[in-house]
Amino acid sequence: MKDKLKSLWRFFFGDSARAFGSASLILLALLAISPAKDHFSQWRHYQKQYLHLIRGRADAVTLERHFQGGIQQIWIPEQQVTDRCTTCHLGLKEASLNDVSAVAFRKHPVIPHSLTEFGCTTCHRGQGAATTVEEAHSATEQWEQPLLRAKYIESGCGQCHLEKQTATPFLNQGRQLISTSGCTNCHTIKQADGTYIVPEDDPPSLKHVADKTTREWVYAWIKDPQAYASTATMPNYHLSDDDARDISAFIIAQSAPLEPPLQPVKADAKAPADPAAGTSLYGQSFCASCHAMQNAAGMLVGGNVGPELTGIGTKAKPEWLPDWVANPNHYDPATMMPHYRFDAAQVATLAGFLASKTEPDFLANVHLDPATPQQIEHGKRLVLENGCASCHEINGIKKPENFAPELSRIGSKPMSQLLFVEGVERSLPGYVSAKVRNPRAFGSSLKMPQFKLTPQQVDAITTALLALTDRAQTQPPAMRIASVQQTKYEPAGHAGQLMKDLRCFTCHMINGHGGDMAPDLTWEGTAVQRDWLTQFLKNPETLRPALIRRMPKFNLTEAEINSLADYMMTVYQTPQFDRDWLPVSEFTPATAEQGRQLFYSKFACQSCHIADFAKDKGYIGPALAGTGKRFNAAWVYHWLKDPQALRPGTIEPNQHMTDDEARALTAFLMSLKSTGSKEVAKK
Amino acid sequence: MKRALIAYCGITLLLTSGCSRKSKQPPQLQATAKGAAIVESSGGKQIGYIGLPLDQPVVVQVNDASGAAVAGAAVYFSGAPGVSFEPPAALTDSSGQVTSAVSLGQQAGRYKISASTRDASGKNVEIAIEEAALGYQQTLGAQLNAQYCIRCHDPESSPLRVSNMDNLSVKPHPFTEGETLNKMTDADLIALISHGGPALNKSAEMPPWGYTLSKSDIAALVAYIRAVADPPYEAGGLVYAQK
Repeated sequence: MKDKLKSLWRFFFGDSARAFGSASLILLALLAISPAKDHFSQWRHYQKQYLHLIRGRADAVTLERHFQGGIQQIWIPEQQVTDRCTTCHLGLKEASLNDVSAVAFRKHPVIPHSLTEFGCTTCHRGQGAATTVEEAHSATEQWEQPLLRAKYIESGCGQCHLEKQTATPFLNQGRQLISTSGCTNCHTIKQADGTYIVPEDDPPSLKHVADKTTREWVYAWIKDPQAYASTATMPNYHLSDDDARDISAFIIAQSAPLEPPLQPVKADAKAPADPAAGTSLYGQSFCASCHAMQNAAGMLVGGNVGPELTGIGTKAKPEWLPDWVANPNHYDPATMMPHYRFDAAQVATLAGFLASKTEPDFLANVHLDPATPQQIEHGKRLVLENGCASCHEINGIKKPENFAPELSRIGSKPMSQLLFVEGVERSLPGYVSAKVRNPRAFGSSLKMPQFKLTPQQVDAITTALLALTDRAQTQPPAMRIASVQQTKYEPAGHAGQLMKDLRCFTCHMINGHGGDMAPDLTWEGTAVQRDWLTQFLKNPETLRPALIRRMPKFNLTEAEINSLADYMMTVYQTPQFDRDWLPVSEFTPATAEQGRQLFYSKFACQSCHIADFAKDKGYIGPALAGTGKRFNAAWVYHWLKDPQALRPGTIEPNQHMTDDEARALTAFLMSLKSTGSKEVAKK
Repeated sequence: MKRALIAYCGITLLLTSGCSRKSKQPPQLQATAKGAAIVESSGGKQIGYIGLPLDQPVVVQVNDASGAAVAGAAVYFSGAPGVSFEPPAALTDSSGQVTSAVSLGQQAGRYKISASTRDASGKNVEIAIEEAALGYQQTLGAQLNAQYCIRCHDPESSPLRVSNMDNLSVKPHPFTEGETLNKMTDADLIALISHGGPALNKSAEMPPWGYTLSKSDIAALVAYIRAVADPPYEAGGLVYAQK
């Protein structure tokens, strides 16, 4: 063995000439490694495969002409994009390669952007400059951004699109959830356009909480809010019995009595004569538009604007309910709940009905001894530690600033700053979703509470958070589409006070401020006739037969109605045209008849609208049988010509009518003066 | 020598255990019974989104030769890469059923997933279940559908959305109705949506949307209609995501 090695050594390096020759050969071989490596590189393999694929196709000539060999690169310096993905993904722009089963060569699905202008990693993440499959797609030691999984892909859109886009439902849902779950009460999220994601969960003030509920209820609630109401927004802090005892002691001790104090319930108060009166008043007042309640079958029925009322009788003190129903402003001036102006009998009926909605099991096992000063002191410490005042107003506790880490750039957070625990995928999306899903898995001492979210909601929130990248913050402002923010519009004067008292803005949007449950009233003064408006405010009729939500009836006085009507008719005017520009007197019966024919034949309006309750059935749009009493002709005409110009986003299609057609239809619609839609619609 | 052998075995064991953690093999189940057939109980033909779990889990049932449910039979799910199952394999419960939550892959399109079990002779019996995943364009179409089209084109009503279909003199086609809609070309559908029913000599109750929706919106609606068609729309040959 040894001899053999020796003779080999002598053969190659025996004398200087042999040694020189051998060394040269080795050097040559070494020099050949680089070109060989290049020749056998992965991307060449893919390019050969691609050529093989397209040569078998009918459109081979076109595809071959488009093909460019060698390393391809999309370079967008201002966005820090250097993407070589197109070196292997050669068919991305080839419309005919739609049907290729190999993902690498398939045409990119239709998106509104050009790949050359936006690059690939902008949305998909991954390592753009890499030219091997492993390095480009997976996380490596040096590169921590693996390819983004498809379920989070809308986060790419969210970097530039801060507005609500139709095509990105999950991103929209995630942003909405961040807002409605109250994430931004603790975490600051400053978007790239300088706006903040505003919390919309509306946590109640605890200034007078002892007037509203008992310490026992507070205890049971903070232990497990979802045990009281499955729809509760408040997260679970997993408090121990002792901690919940002390927090409830402190919260109740800090509560100040209302001014003026609540009226005690009269002992001789009688139940209303009709036991169903409460149910029917609850229905007539459309409480269910905002509040959910379990029905007899255990199904939750109602909206999610206000809290669920299934167990309200267990929660609220008997003297608090009538006070709240009579005028919510007394207990909470910032509430979204309208001041209904119920009379005394109605207040008693509704309060009695709500008091009867109890869940006795909720407090069955709660027995608290009177609180000691030590417990209250400990409760205060816990309230400070848990940041309760980030959401709730508590007497004597200041709202903490930046209680939780800012999340404005969470989508680019370096992996070195993340702490992973067992069972969490080692990637940024894995970390974010795990943290949202189950924060306490990262340590029982963590402050972030447990939110009740479905897996799909967790994915949506993760998508919205992953959109908050460095790129979003640093890219040229011209690329950004700003978010639509609520304006600070407030109506003025006496009518303005009235509108605020009635909480019109909880449901209606006016000048960019308000809710989206009911129609936008910005130009209501141009649209409707004053007589109709006063009648409607007095007694709201059904406008849309298929809707279950409706404007509730407020017991407004004549003076209040006039004040509101005057204000709306004067102020809420469109600048686009004059309300009286098209006088009804100009219309002849012949024009109206022509309009009737257009209504029923050419435009088939009856598919969605009712002009005649006796024969039309369409109920997507509002019933039009009373148009002549409700609207102004000029509004109807302009609406017919271009509905979206008057109300952006309305689903009424623009039918591209000629002026004459619109005029004839207006004449017909203005001739419809039927009343009593309700009775007929109920059939 | 003996020591070396022990060390060798130890190292091999360590190595293989390391490897086995990496490659996720479906767990081998100890079936207590064998069936003769496997049928879909529910969860087929759903419309989901790429990479996301389907709304409803897939439920399959194992039956014996006489059609009675078999409890304790092993069922294995499989699909194209990217499709995941939770659980990927399980024994049938007392009613002979297995329930699995399915997440579709990263590509938009139709997915065939299969559920299989072994019969008494050891032969593989399997059933194919079809699902669809919506990508960017189809998702946009789905959203527009929910906003503009669904109230007339979907016969189902919910408390918040009452169907208007019965109020129309000519009943619109639900978008899943492949028999009718697959016969129409993309150009026809685009014309119909843009210019309304009369464009193709159909009812004026279908209004023109071309002045309300953009061209790309209408293309997205067509993509959605194609994606949900049942039977599936086959234009240039149906492409399934490959194994």
